Amino acid sequence: MAEDIFQGYKGAALGVLRKFNVRVWGQTLIDTTRGKFTGTVLPRSENDDDRHIVLKIPTGYNIGIDIDTINNMKETGYQKANYKIPEKEFPYSDHLPNVKLFGTGGTIASRLDYRTGAVIPAFSPGELYGAVPELADICNLTTEKLFAIFSENMGPAQYITLAKAIGKEIRNGIDGIIISHGTDTLHHTAAALSFMIQNQPIPIILTGSQRSSDRPSSDAALNLMHAVYAAGHGDIAETLVCMFGPTSDEYGFLHRGTRVRKMHSSYRSTFRTIGDIPVATVKRDEIKLIKENYNPRRKDRKVNILPYFSEKVTMLYYYPDMKAEILDSLIDMGYKGVVIVGTGLGHVNKEIYPALERAAKKGVSIYMTLQTIWGYVHMFVYDTGRDMMAKGVVPAGNMLPEVTFIKLGWALGQTEDPVEVKKIMLSPVNDEITEREPYNGYLVYQGGVPEVEDFVKKFRK
Amino acid sequence: MKKRFSPKKNYEKTRSEIGYVTRKKATPADYKRIGFKSGLEVHQQLKTKKKLFCHCPAGIYNDHDEYNAEIIRHMRPTLSELGEYDGTALMEYKTRKQIIYRIKNQTACTYDIDDTPPFLINKEALEIALEISLLSGLNIVGEVHITRKQYLDGSIPTGFQRTAILGVEGEIQLKNKKVRLIQLSIEEDSCREVSDIRHTRIFKTDRLGMPLIETVTYPDMETPDELREAAEYIRFLNRSTGKVRIGIGAGREDVNVSCRGGSRVEIKGVSHNKWIPELSHNEAFRQFALLHIRKLLKERVANGKNRSIRSSKIDPRDLGLENEHIQKAYNENFEIYAVNLPYFKGILSHFTQPGKIFADEITTRLKVIACIEKPNMIHTEMLEDHINKKDLEKICGILEPKEDDAQIVFWGPKEDIPTALETIEERCQMAFDGVPNETRKSFPDGTTIFKRVLPGANRMYPDTDSAPIPLKTDYIETLRKNIPQTVAERFRQMKSWGIPEDTYHYLLSKNLAPMIEQISGKFGFEPKFLGVFWGHTFKNIEGKMPQHKNFSYNKIYGLFKFIHNEKLQPSIAKRMLPVIYEHPDMEFSSVLISINFRKKSMNELLAPVDFLYEKFKEIRISGNDKNTINWLMGQVYRQAAGNVEMKNLKKEIEKIVHNP
Repeated sequence: MAEDIFQGYKGAALGVLRKFNVRVWGQTLIDTTRGKFTGTVLPRSENDDDRHIVLKIPTGYNIGIDIDTINNMKETGYQKANYKIPEKEFPYSDHLPNVKLFGTGGTIASRLDYRTGAVIPAFSPGELYGAVPELADICNLTTEKLFAIFSENMGPAQYITLAKAIGKEIRNGIDGIIISHGTDTLHHTAAALSFMIQNQPIPIILTGSQRSSDRPSSDAALNLMHAVYAAGHGDIAETLVCMFGPTSDEYGFLHRGTRVRKMHSSYRSTFRTIGDIPVATVKRDEIKLIKENYNPRRKDRKVNILPYFSEKVTMLYYYPDMKAEILDSLIDMGYKGVVIVGTGLGHVNKEIYPALERAAKKGVSIYMTLQTIWGYVHMFVYDTGRDMMAKGVVPAGNMLPEVTFIKLGWALGQTEDPVEVKKIMLSPVNDEITEREPYNGYLVYQGGVPEVEDFVKKFRK
Repeated sequence: MKKRFSPKKNYEKTRSEIGYVTRKKATPADYKRIGFKSGLEVHQQLKTKKKLFCHCPAGIYNDHDEYNAEIIRHMRPTLSELGEYDGTALMEYKTRKQIIYRIKNQTACTYDIDDTPPFLINKEALEIALEISLLSGLNIVGEVHITRKQYLDGSIPTGFQRTAILGVEGEIQLKNKKVRLIQLSIEEDSCREVSDIRHTRIFKTDRLGMPLIETVTYPDMETPDELREAAEYIRFLNRSTGKVRIGIGAGREDVNVSCRGGSRVEIKGVSHNKWIPELSHNEAFRQFALLHIRKLLKERVANGKNRSIRSSKIDPRDLGLENEHIQKAYNENFEIYAVNLPYFKGILSHFTQPGKIFADEITTRLKVIACIEKPNMIHTEMLEDHINKKDLEKICGILEPKEDDAQIVFWGPKEDIPTALETIEERCQMAFDGVPNETRKSFPDGTTIFKRVLPGANRMYPDTDSAPIPLKTDYIETLRKNIPQTVAERFRQMKSWGIPEDTYHYLLSKNLAPMIEQISGKFGFEPKFLGVFWGHTFKNIEGKMPQHKNFSYNKIYGLFKFIHNEKLQPSIAKRMLPVIYEHPDMEFSSVLISINFRKKSMNELLAPVDFLYEKFKEIRISGNDKNTINWLMGQVYRQAAGNVEMKNLKKEIEKIVHNP
């Protein structure tokens, strides 16, 4: 196929470019009713209108020219830009651990996409080394691009591919694994891998960034360094999420993949361990344990890969006056597992009870989790809770709603027998349900209070 | 016997060799000789309630230590849209700075600290900026594209400034020439620096994100005076909308200067236009000096083989060095290095700016790039505080220099030494090329120092967080109808009113011409009188008295309305002004009482004149009528002011004196 010389232009704007015979990347003189403009024609985002032509003027800025004002256009030259992070071969050092980076996409490795005008995933070890040369002081890095998708497009098929690929790497003798991932569903993938890869001898670290790596203040580089250090040098052989601790460029947290959640749409310090404390903090050259109990690194190459997932699982976020037909229709569609995100201690309204009963009779597994995010489901406290349990609803303890969803899909991928499913669901793999909630597992301090303000001023949050 | 080399004499000799003249003595011919060329980037804050890309209040400032939290960021260079790294970005990265932001909750939100994407652009700001673009005669773009302009110095937490071009290719009319404009952009203002010591730079975020415009001229100015005139013109133009901020820091100029054969150097953030001539004058001559240095170096190298810079770590105890600075550095556990600079004898002490020599260029780069605080070096050509002969011999014993070499001894923490050595070598190498492209920081004495490498166009990147904003032709035409007169038209207007020229600057800088127009049009007072009233009387009061917070120009409008309604003479305004300025809430009638004003007719005023005339005859020393009339006028002046026109009163008194 011939190269698209009118990249992104459509409709009337495309017509104008054709009429005056001017290409994208063509250096152009434009005569308009608003005066003369010179510059290089840039590609246009497909989602933008067809009334303007984008021009990079000699000072480096971009402007748009209204096609209705154009009297004449003339191409005077041509210079195509080559946006490419300088690629350098990643150096190898005998004394450093070998770490494998699996790329899935997301903002940690991304660059400009003219088609959408947004950032798209881009990735190679050479590029990474070109952008973050410090990585070579930490480990020997190899990379493999498994997918190039936004995290919201990650799903069971990708979890399974990842789990198998990781299993293979572990058996081949790698010292640590990191996975670069978009942050939106990072915690879903972390949970899935926690269940699908068990008893591993090495750290598996998921990381991403909240500010894309094409920005000078991106958190991508530091997250990557932290993750690579934790994977290559760390002793915690678990599936962990490694992201900024405070919003400052100071240290990262290592969160257990089963207890972590994205808590802010855009903050760097968005990931928090819920109902417990993080396993450790990590800097470029140091890991400090916070929790005493963890699975330590081993020399052997044993690992259990359990790549199961049933897509017949769904979630229902309860709202007041929810109708039974909602649940009924899910059952009718053939769903075998439903995670309800209920109010308070784990409640839904009475109107749904008959639908719960019908579902139980059809062998559908129903688990109760909490909109409050923190705390345990307590269905004994009120009669209504007991009624629901009698109708087959299983309280999921302090398992996070998203984790419950992933685990239920993983369980249903192994068996559809509700009794077996329940056995799997209520046997914690790695703290997705904990026996106790420590006092410091719930800390959402309120700004404005003098002592909190004092704290915030002294310590970076 | 060979004469001892004197750095001071060398400084003076090289100063005269390049033909340096002081600003006061410089003539246009001098600027022609050195090929003075200069352009401006004029920054102006817009008067909006909120910031440009978030909803924080604009224009509320806080002290350095008044903050609620701190954030740390490190900046990394990233590629421009065209796939290149920017030189400044790479330099800043070399400094390995830890940037700390001090945030006050009242004025900064999660957007300011780059933890939230931008909100839609402030429409109020965009509109003001467009009005100014129209006033500047610029070609208005069809669509506004927000662009990220990389700044790795930390002055913006994102590492880039969101900025957008609104118009290109305009012009302004100065007294004797037209100056072309390159472009006008709207952008977010940066943080204010609190401190910059070693590898830690602290900023506060109060000013961050406030709407700002930048007007960029072509390098059309050929003398420092033209440069200042252009700067004033653009400032007046911006103020003529009445929609921009005034006060310290609200308007700031970056001045681009070069001499013939030199390079573009940007003097950053000049907040007073009156400093511009001296700064640009010295910069042009600094470049002229650097070109002279290049010539000297090239001559020397042509005669010999180019030798590279040699350095050696030294131990002042082993060598028994006596120099105080070196001993201090040793006590602070710094590593100390001696460096030999081949061919640099007579160059280190070469004149660059008044009181400054080439070695100053090196010491500042050591501070800025290697982050070693001054004093960070001594050398063989210091104007004061020389290295003594014994020390010098010991150092030279290690370096084994040739006759036309110069030597530096510098010190710093171990981790900064490699960057420091690189920096010294780089700057000396640049001396062979002429004038490095730099951004320089200005001082009130008219000199400048290195601030950073001058950034280029390779630091632009489309803001993927914002969609383009179309500017429809109808909208632009509606705005065009409401823009004020141009500054050049205002000049003509004031001239036609007959207002004295010495008031023009004040009237334009305070944008008072529209006010004069309004008062005169509405109440029929002479524009000339009003011009003098504002430009002399008001300015005088303003300089002398503290202004009450409730005072505004509208009070003066109200005053003239009152004078008009009460059928008083406008001259009474001069007596009422001090009271109103201090007590703006006082009623005008009470103001009259407070200055002992009573309404009197001409006859009432003249009634005591006969008696006074007789009295004056007793005390006068000469029979001169003029003196008599003046004395009589003085006696009744205060009562008459505001009641009758003085010239009429004088006529009446003259009648009495001449026809008794």
